[in-house]
Amino acid sequence: MTVKLVYFAWVRERIGKNEEEIELPQDVETVRDLLAHLKTLGEDYEAALAHPNAIRVAINQEHADHGEMIGNAREIALFPPMTGG
Amino acid sequence: MTAQQGKTADPGLSQEAPASGIEPTIRVQEDDFDLADETRAITAGRRDIGAVVTFTGLCRDENASLSAIELEHYPAMAQKELRRIAAQALMRWPLSALTVIHRFGRIVPGDNIVLVIAAARHRRAAFEAADFIMDFLKTSAPFWKKDHRIDGRPVGWVEARKQDEQDRQRWQTDQQDRQA
Repeated sequence: MTVKLVYFAWVRERIGKNEEEIELPQDVETVRDLLAHLKTLGEDYEAALAHPNAIRVAINQEHADHGEMIGNAREIALFPPMTGG
Repeated sequence: MTAQQGKTADPGLSQEAPASGIEPTIRVQEDDFDLADETRAITAGRRDIGAVVTFTGLCRDENASLSAIELEHYPAMAQKELRRIAAQALMRWPLSALTVIHRFGRIVPGDNIVLVIAAARHRRAAFEAADFIMDFLKTSAPFWKKDHRIDGRPVGWVEARKQDEQDRQRWQTDQQDRQA
């Protein structure tokens, strides 16, 4: 399955991309699996995702816990805790 | 009495269309906003509003070291998330009108960042709704601040404050929230 990943703030800067389409391996079922998989894609990803607990995730523009199933997500966003307001 | 109906409606229906029947004004914009204009837009021609509470968040420089902040946002999600927070407030309090505006882009100290206007028949609902919206906005609306400094120190992302998380949790003792 192909999914669009979008990155924000220091996650975006460390990975070095705003967004990308990636092919998800069969065994990537949850958000947690996805973060673990991305960490294997290179040093930049490893730097961005070194502390998975600091990463917030949204599936199709809605907040998702790390235990949530990815299902047929079209867009998954990764970002740090929010600091607006 | 539509607001009362909203309060007792099924929370599962709250996501997009507030059961209160009040359509909040939600804007995510680069441009500044004007508090007086926005307040007038809510109260003009109405005789039933007894309380208007406004909150304005400004860009702050505590040590004369900040030249500006860069506010990054997730365009596809920001409006949606603000609308979701507004819908929860409309379910919880009998509001007459509600406006939430959040800016993005480069903002200098002293300039506006965010505006919440809650209007109701009585003050308590307006005070509490504005407070609630800010607590949830801080922790779940997809915006990120980056500091740009005058003195050449490294530009850096603002870290989330634990206090903001605790502030949000105040509201969860007697309320169902997807954020829990």
